[in-house]
Amino acid sequence: MNYSVVVEVTLRVGIADPEGATIERALPALGFNGVRSVRAGKMFRFDIEAESSDEALTSAQSLAERLLSNPVIEDATARLVEGR
Amino acid sequence: MARIGVVVFPGSNCEYDAARAVEELGASAEFIFHSSTSLGDVDGVILPGGFAHGDYLRPGALARFSPVMDAVAAFAAEGGPVLGICNGFQVLTEAGLLPGALQKNRGLTFLCQPTTLVVSSTHSVLTRAAQVGARLVVPINHFSGAYTCDDTTYASLVDHGQIVLRYQDNPNGSRDDIAGVANEAGNVVGLMPHPERAMSTLLGSADGRVLLEGFVSAREIVH
Amino acid sequence: MSSVLQPLHRALGLTDAELDDIRQVLSREPNPLELALYGVMWSEHCSYKSSRIHLRRLPSKGDHVLVGPGEGAGVIDAGDGIGVAIRIESHNHPSAIEPYQGAATGVGGILRDVFSMGARPLAVMDPLFFGALDDARNRWLVEGVVSGISGYGNSVGVPTIGGELTFDECYSANPLVNVLAVGALPTDRLALGVASGVGNYAVLLGSSTGRDGIGGVSVLASAGFAGDDGAASLDDAKRPSVQVGDPYEEKRLIEACLELLDHGFVVGIQDLGGAGLVCATSETAAKGGVGMDVDVSAVHQRELAMQPFEIMTSESQERMLAIITPENLKSVTDVCEKWEVRASVVGHVVSPTTLPDGTSVGMLRIRNGFDGEVLAEVPASSLAHDAPLYDRPRQRPSDLDAVRADDPTNDEPVGDAATDLLGLLLDPVWVYRQYDSQLFLNTVVGPGRDAALLRLAGPGLPESKRGIAISTDSNPRWCALDPKDGAALTVAESVANLACVGATAKAVVNCLNFGNPEHPEVMWQLSETVDGMVMGCNALGLPVIGGNVSLYNESGGRDIDPTPVIGLLGVIDSLVAPPPGWDWNDGDAVVLVGHREAAGATPFPLAGSRWATRRGRRGGHLAGFDATRLVSTFNFVTTEVALICGGASSDVSAVHDVSGGGLAAALAEMAAVTQRGVNVSQLEGHAELFAEFPGRFVVATSNAEAFVARALGAGVPVTILGTVGGTTVHLGGLVSINVAEIASRRGAALEEALALN
Repeated sequence: MNYSVVVEVTLRVGIADPEGATIERALPALGFNGVRSVRAGKMFRFDIEAESSDEALTSAQSLAERLLSNPVIEDATARLVEGR
Repeated sequence: MARIGVVVFPGSNCEYDAARAVEELGASAEFIFHSSTSLGDVDGVILPGGFAHGDYLRPGALARFSPVMDAVAAFAAEGGPVLGICNGFQVLTEAGLLPGALQKNRGLTFLCQPTTLVVSSTHSVLTRAAQVGARLVVPINHFSGAYTCDDTTYASLVDHGQIVLRYQDNPNGSRDDIAGVANEAGNVVGLMPHPERAMSTLLGSADGRVLLEGFVSAREIVH
Repeated sequence: MSSVLQPLHRALGLTDAELDDIRQVLSREPNPLELALYGVMWSEHCSYKSSRIHLRRLPSKGDHVLVGPGEGAGVIDAGDGIGVAIRIESHNHPSAIEPYQGAATGVGGILRDVFSMGARPLAVMDPLFFGALDDARNRWLVEGVVSGISGYGNSVGVPTIGGELTFDECYSANPLVNVLAVGALPTDRLALGVASGVGNYAVLLGSSTGRDGIGGVSVLASAGFAGDDGAASLDDAKRPSVQVGDPYEEKRLIEACLELLDHGFVVGIQDLGGAGLVCATSETAAKGGVGMDVDVSAVHQRELAMQPFEIMTSESQERMLAIITPENLKSVTDVCEKWEVRASVVGHVVSPTTLPDGTSVGMLRIRNGFDGEVLAEVPASSLAHDAPLYDRPRQRPSDLDAVRADDPTNDEPVGDAATDLLGLLLDPVWVYRQYDSQLFLNTVVGPGRDAALLRLAGPGLPESKRGIAISTDSNPRWCALDPKDGAALTVAESVANLACVGATAKAVVNCLNFGNPEHPEVMWQLSETVDGMVMGCNALGLPVIGGNVSLYNESGGRDIDPTPVIGLLGVIDSLVAPPPGWDWNDGDAVVLVGHREAAGATPFPLAGSRWATRRGRRGGHLAGFDATRLVSTFNFVTTEVALICGGASSDVSAVHDVSGGGLAAALAEMAAVTQRGVNVSQLEGHAELFAEFPGRFVVATSNAEAFVARALGAGVPVTILGTVGGTTVHLGGLVSINVAEIASRRGAALEEALALN
């Protein structure tokens, strides 16, 4: 079976995020008030061949932790999505 | 004559500069392509600056999976001197050969400028010939150079004298002004500044010489 | 967009007369694919059809010129078996629409021009022109362009060593993003973009071909922005034409191509730039006098269902076309595999076709499979060289006399000269610290000074003690008032900058940024500018070895001020010590070298000066161009500095050219970088402080008597201005400012204007 996966990579809680902070500081000037806790991250999307959805997710989570993120500073979460 | 291997990843761009610098110090330099599985007979290895694999994904993230990195890890485990400069430092942290990680600069722009470094520890193959407290003018040239690590790692770095170089005026938001760190044994070092760019007063500074001189002659000390 | 149907040729940017020309060339009706090929190749951007008759007047010869205009880059012999290649281009319209990618792909394109000659790219410079920074869109453009140059240039591994930064309201909707690159090669590696050898292959190297940049040359670069707010209103319609750059691909392409050339595997090589594959195949075939069969199905495509015209005209980045012998194919693909560069044979060099009248002509044949259907067949030279030439109507602007009569030189000084001075100072460090300016360990003088100075060294080059210097210069304020003298004075200004680092000027490249050539006033400006450049270059002994013309820089019908950008390359024979720079010492005498007063009727002209422009005064008469006095002054300063660079001791401690902002700005800049004040007593009032005309230098010396004697011995007039010392800049009772304030205002000006802090 073919499964579609989305992986989100964000900085771990407690790691400084200058990009998120800069976006947050810029928002009031555009009239968006009350926005807090902006965190920047990355999103990956791919298809994966697997026997079951569990296997697809495990495999995706593993590759996300091994390659797509740096565990020293980042968290990665994989989830299955509807195919394209 | 010491033989220094300079690892070339596709996208490396400081490999010629690193080779020129070590040759100026009387050592020989040879390029080791990233697809190589052996380092050959070398007395030290430099991972030069640049944008290995385009810095796509994260700086150093793809380079750490190059075949040559297994050989670098084995060489480091035997106590061989390994130096990562700039992108090379990022590769060494991604590969787990050095603690911590490098994040985007605080100001979110690339920075190419001279910095003043303070030698914090001489317990490394890079700083062994320098004096603690010495101030060295060495340029930086990076987008992701803010050194980051968790509190446990930081405490351990301090306890073991692994913080080898600090910025006098922190340019990029590095934790505790850290510019360079070593592993516990001191034979693997990474730094964001470029000592190979500070080899001559004609180019603005010769303060990088004391660092690279220490490195190219480190093998006999380690042995 | 208009929904009215128009004939295909017009939609492709061809006029009815041009269609008739094509019918005559082919002796038949062109098919749609053929029309598309002519549409891009005969566009203004590719054919220079409006400017070529003027460009012919430029001098291009010299004993040291190895390659003049018409190739990827001009090349000079720098000595020691080393050739230096130089090229300048514009990426104005793409940058107006998508500043990051526009600027980034500009860098990529110019590098391919340079390494297509066999030269390793060693440095990039970027002259940039934006509208006023009180407009948020202009600030967005500045940040996008600078980060695009930084993102691409740093990553591809070529240092960016300088440029220019100009703000003027005329660029508000139409920023200018020019880019210059230099490279160096062992002279025996020189390569040309020529196809030869019937049976040889044309190999496409590098990135796959997509739809990016389709129609870029005709749609983007060859028509003005119609909306009142310039690019903003056309964003959505034109954005699909913008190319996306990949510096990582380019880096591998550079290494692969230089390795191919080192091994002698390549007969000819050319980059794919504007007009993509049709340009590279037709130009190489036309130059070689051969024909070429191109198989569109052999081109590696990254998108589905691409049409032949899309494949032929795509401006996908990071691609090169190499002509090789069939025997070398395996060796070529091996090198490409090592660098992970894709290589596919897309063309065959074929014999010229003999026409019924007995003449022979190389045909470009587009086929689907080398043995497949012929989709288009046209003479290669008709695409590459035979675009129509236009001598467009020229007319001197009717208001020019009135503008010139409104001269600010005699304005009563209103307000305070100190405030004026502080308002003129701007340190572009925020820009250039984002550029890697040091790679290759050659940068002796980097960005932010009079000219950049590099050691002439690089991987694969013979050993040399020489150095090269590069400067980019422009002065649209001068050229708006008098394009002829303005252009000549700009050339002089560039030579003055090289003198400050001890280099002798060797060759010019130019980038002519102008408005709409269909406006007779613009064509007059262009023609006058070329005449001025001829005057300046002849007087100073300089060949023009390459150039670029960017027209249709307008918004809502308003043309930009004429903006010819000079790129000047010089050589210094021995570079073992840095030039003095701006670092004067306490107690030094400060000497003005060169004629204190301008040539012409006005001793201290303020026309076109930054001082006047800042006050909204844009009229007046420029200084005259007096070659004799310029040459002797330049030679003297060059010699003084070159001796220091060669290792000699000297009483000269600092040298700075007097240019934008005049004498006051030059002195203030030296004070700011050294944190040392200066006391200047005798000045003729505010006009002498702020007048702008080339041929003057501020020199600081520890031995005024000896220095003055040398200058007078060389027939160069000097004026002792004062002494370095203290913490204040005192200028003739008109200005008295603390150096710390000057340094902090100058340092913060740009970031404040960009609202970054």
